[in-house]
Amino acid sequence: MAGLNHYLILSGVLFTIGIAGVFLRRNLITILLSIEVMLNAVNLTFIAFGHFLGSADGQIIVFFVVTVAAAEAAVGLALVITLFRHMETLNPDAFRQLKG
Amino acid sequence: MLIWIPLLPLIGFLINTFAGKRVPKEISGAVASLAMLAAFGVSVVEVVALIGRAPDSRELMQTVFTWIASGDFQVPLTLRLDPLSALMILVVTGIGFLIHVYSTAYMHDEPASEYARYFSYLNLFAFFMLVLVLGANFLILFVGWEGVGLCSYLLIGFWYQKPSAADAGKKAFIVNRIGDVAFILGVLLAFVRFGTLDFQRIAAALGPLAPEASFGTVSLMALLLFIGATGKSAQIPLYIWLPDAMEGPTPVSALIHAATMVTAGVYLIGRNAVLFSHAPEVLIIVAVIGAATAIWAGAFGLVQNDIKRVLAYSTVSQLGYMFLAMGVGAYAAGIFHLFTHAFFKALLFLGAGAVIHALAGEQDLRNMGGLRRELPMTYWTFLIGSLAIAGVPGLAGFFSKDEILYRTFASGHTWLWLIGAITSLMTAVYMFRLVFLAFHGTRRTAAHHDTHLHDAPRAMAIPLAVLALGSILAGYVGVPEVVGGSNWIEHFLEPSFMPPAFEGAAGGEAAASAASHSLEITLIVVSSILALAGIAIAARFYLKRPEIPERLAAGFPGVYRFLVNKGYVDEVYNEVFVQPIKTLSENVLWKGLDATVIDGAVNGTATIVAETGAVVRHIQTGSVRAYALSILLGAVLMVGYYLWR
Amino acid sequence: MAVVSTLLVIAQPNPIYSVLLLICSFVALAGLYVMLDAPFVAVTQIIVYAGAIMVLFLFVVMLLNVAREGAVAEAEAASDGGTATARWFGALLAVAMALELAWALNRSRGIAAAPATGERETAWSVAEIGKILFTNYAFAFEATSVLILIAMIGSIALAGRHLPEKKPWRG
Repeated sequence: MAGLNHYLILSGVLFTIGIAGVFLRRNLITILLSIEVMLNAVNLTFIAFGHFLGSADGQIIVFFVVTVAAAEAAVGLALVITLFRHMETLNPDAFRQLKG
Repeated sequence: MLIWIPLLPLIGFLINTFAGKRVPKEISGAVASLAMLAAFGVSVVEVVALIGRAPDSRELMQTVFTWIASGDFQVPLTLRLDPLSALMILVVTGIGFLIHVYSTAYMHDEPASEYARYFSYLNLFAFFMLVLVLGANFLILFVGWEGVGLCSYLLIGFWYQKPSAADAGKKAFIVNRIGDVAFILGVLLAFVRFGTLDFQRIAAALGPLAPEASFGTVSLMALLLFIGATGKSAQIPLYIWLPDAMEGPTPVSALIHAATMVTAGVYLIGRNAVLFSHAPEVLIIVAVIGAATAIWAGAFGLVQNDIKRVLAYSTVSQLGYMFLAMGVGAYAAGIFHLFTHAFFKALLFLGAGAVIHALAGEQDLRNMGGLRRELPMTYWTFLIGSLAIAGVPGLAGFFSKDEILYRTFASGHTWLWLIGAITSLMTAVYMFRLVFLAFHGTRRTAAHHDTHLHDAPRAMAIPLAVLALGSILAGYVGVPEVVGGSNWIEHFLEPSFMPPAFEGAAGGEAAASAASHSLEITLIVVSSILALAGIAIAARFYLKRPEIPERLAAGFPGVYRFLVNKGYVDEVYNEVFVQPIKTLSENVLWKGLDATVIDGAVNGTATIVAETGAVVRHIQTGSVRAYALSILLGAVLMVGYYLWR
Repeated sequence: MAVVSTLLVIAQPNPIYSVLLLICSFVALAGLYVMLDAPFVAVTQIIVYAGAIMVLFLFVVMLLNVAREGAVAEAEAASDGGTATARWFGALLAVAMALELAWALNRSRGIAAAPATGERETAWSVAEIGKILFTNYAFAFEATSVLILIAMIGSIALAGRHLPEKKPWRG
C-alpha cells in the first residue's frame, strides 16, 4: 500500500513537468495543457492529504478546483482563438505589443 | 405608520420631479397637495392615538433601519412621535397643505415645467421638515436640517433668472452654513460626551446631574447648538438672510420663512430642553439674544416699504420672542407661540401674496392703499391676522405672547420683559401701519393695475379663511389658568422637556404660578393695553395724520436712515467679514497657496511619475513568457524562503 | 503511467497527441483517486476533465489547425536569442522548484511517515460529499456557479465571431 509520501512525490513530479511545459513549449494550447497538469498535481495532494487525515474537505476543494479549471480553460481557449485570429500564430513569444 | 408621514411628500416630490414636466399643471398641483393632505391625515391619526394614551407614556417610535453601525457608534433611522413633534407635524402638514392649495392658484402663471418644479421643491421641503421634527437622534435631525436648508435655497432662488433672487438664495445658504458648522460641532461634542446621539438617552444621562455652575462641556454644547439655531431661525447675528429670502414666491415665504423652517431652531432648543436647562449661562444668552432680536428687527419693521419685508422683519422679531421664551425656561410657552405664530404669520404672508397677486407683482406699500373695497376677503383675513399678531385679547397671538411675557417677568428678568413689552407695542404699530397703508386711505396704485384688480380666487381664499379661523382659535388650546382656561397645551408638551422618568419637577412649578395669579392678570392687562395702544398709534399716524411720520422722519434723519437701511448690518458684515475673506482668498489662498504649493505639489508628483516611468518602462519587455517567468521566479523564491527559514 | 504519459504530453510536437496523452494521464490519476477512497472526485475527473475540458481543447486545436511547432517556430526562435534564454532559464527554475519540493518532502518526512490518524475504512460516498458541499461550503458553491456563468459569458464575448460592429471590449 502506497503511503502519503509516494503520492506527494508523484504530485511534485507532475507539477515540475507542468512548469517545464509552460516554459519550454512554444504553443499556447500546450501551455494551457501544462497548466491543467499543474492543477492536477495539486489536486492529487489535496486528495492524498484528505485521505490520510480522514477528511472530506480535500475532495471538496478539488471539486472547486475542477470547476475553476473548467472556467479557466473556457476563457483561456476563447482568448487563444481571438489571439490566433489577430496574429495568425500561437507562439507566445510573438505577442509583444505590451512592450513598454 | 410614522414613516408614511415624511414618505408621502417624498413620493409627491418624486412624481413631480420625474413626471411633472409631462403632465398638465392641474395634475402636478393636485399630486403635491394630495400628498400633503394624506400626510396630514396620517399625522392626525397618529396624534389622536398619541393623545389617547396616558400622559406619561405619550410616545410612538418606529425604527426603520439601522443607518450607521460602526462599533459603539449606532445610528438607527428612528422616528419618534412625542407631544412636541406631534405639534410640529400637525403644523407642518396642516399649514403646509393649505399653502400647497394656495400655491396652485398663486403660481398659476408659471409654465407647466416650472410649476411642477415648484411643487416638487415644496414636497421635498415638507419631507425634510418632517424628518427633522420626527427624527429621534441628532443625525436624523441633521439630515432634515440640511435638507430644509437646501429646499430653502432652491425656493428662494426659484426665479433664478432674476439675479437678486439667485443672490438671496446663496446668501441664505451661506449664512445658514455658518450656523451649521457650530451645529455639527455641537453634535460631535454631544457624541463625545454622551456616547450617543439619541435625544432621550442624552436627556436621561443629563437628568440626574445638577445644572452646570460654570461654563463647561454641557454649556459649550448648548451654545454651539444655539448658534446653529440662530442660523436657521434668523436670530442676531445671523438673521440677515431672512429679509432677503423674500425674493422667493410668497407662498414659500409663508411656509418656509414664516411658519415652519425658521422655527426649526426653536424646535431644536425645545427638543434639547433638558440639555439647555443644564446650561443656565447659555439660557441667559439665548434669552438676551432673543429679546435683542425681537426689538432690533421690530424697529426695522416700522419703516420698511416692501410689504413682504415688513412681514419678514416681523417674523424675525417673533422668532426672537420664541427664543426669549426658551431662554427663560418657558419651553412650552415658546413652542406655543411657535404654534400660533405659524397660523397668523402664514395667514399674513398669504394675504400679502393675495395683494401682490392682485396688483401683478407690486410689493411697495407706497403704491397700494384703499384696497379694502376691491379685496374684501383678503382685507378681513389680513385684519384678523394682524389683530392676532398684535396680541389683541381673544386671538391666538394674545395667549401665547402673553404667556411668554408673563413667564419672562416671573423668572425675574424684568429688563427682558420690558424689551418684550416694547416689542409688543412695536408689533402692533408696524402691523397696523401695514394694514392702513395697504387697505385704507386713498388709492395710490398705478393706473394699469386697476383693470385686473381682483380678489383672491377660491383656491387662495379658502386657505386664507381656514388660517384666519386658526388664528382666532389656535390660542384656545393654551388659555392661561388664571382666566379660567386649562392651559392644556402646556401640560401636553411638558413631558417632552423633561428627562424620561423624571417626575415631580412640574409640581413645584404649578405652586409657583398659583402664587402669582394677580401678577399674571396685571401683565395681561398691560400687554392688552400695549396692543391696543399700538393700533391706536398706527391709526393716528397712518390714517388720520399721515404727515406725522414724515415729520418724525425729517426730525430724526439719522435714526430714520439707520432704520430704513436695516441698520447697515449688511454693509458692516460686508466690510468686516466678506471683503477680508475675499482678499484673503484671492491673495493668499489662491495666488499664494493654490498656485505655488498645491499646483507645485500636483505638478511635481506628475513629473516624478513621468520620469520614474521613463526609467522603469524598460523592464516591460512585452514578452508573455518573461512575465510568466517572473511569476515562477517569485514562487520559487518564496517557497525557498519558507524552507530555508 | 501517469508520469510517463504526462512527460509525453509536453514532449509531443503535435498538440492533438498532447491532448490525447493528457487524457491518459488524467485517467491514471483518477485511478489513484479511487485508491484514495475518493470515487466521486475520480468520476468527476474523468467526466469533466477527460471528457469535457479535453474535448474543448481538441475542438480548439482542430479549429485552429495549426501546423506543428516545426521549422517555422525554430527559425523564429533562432532569430530571437532572448526568448531562448528565457525558456532555458524557465526550465532551470522548474528544476529548482522540483528540488525545493523534494527538500520540503524530506523535511516533512517525519510527519508524513507517522501513522495517519483519521484514516477511514470506507470510501467517502457521494451523498456525504454532497451534504458537506451544500452545508459548510454552500456559499463557495454558489460563488463558483457565478464564476462559471461569468466565464461562459466572457468566452462567448471573446470568441464570438458574429457580433455587431461595435464591440464593447475594443472601446
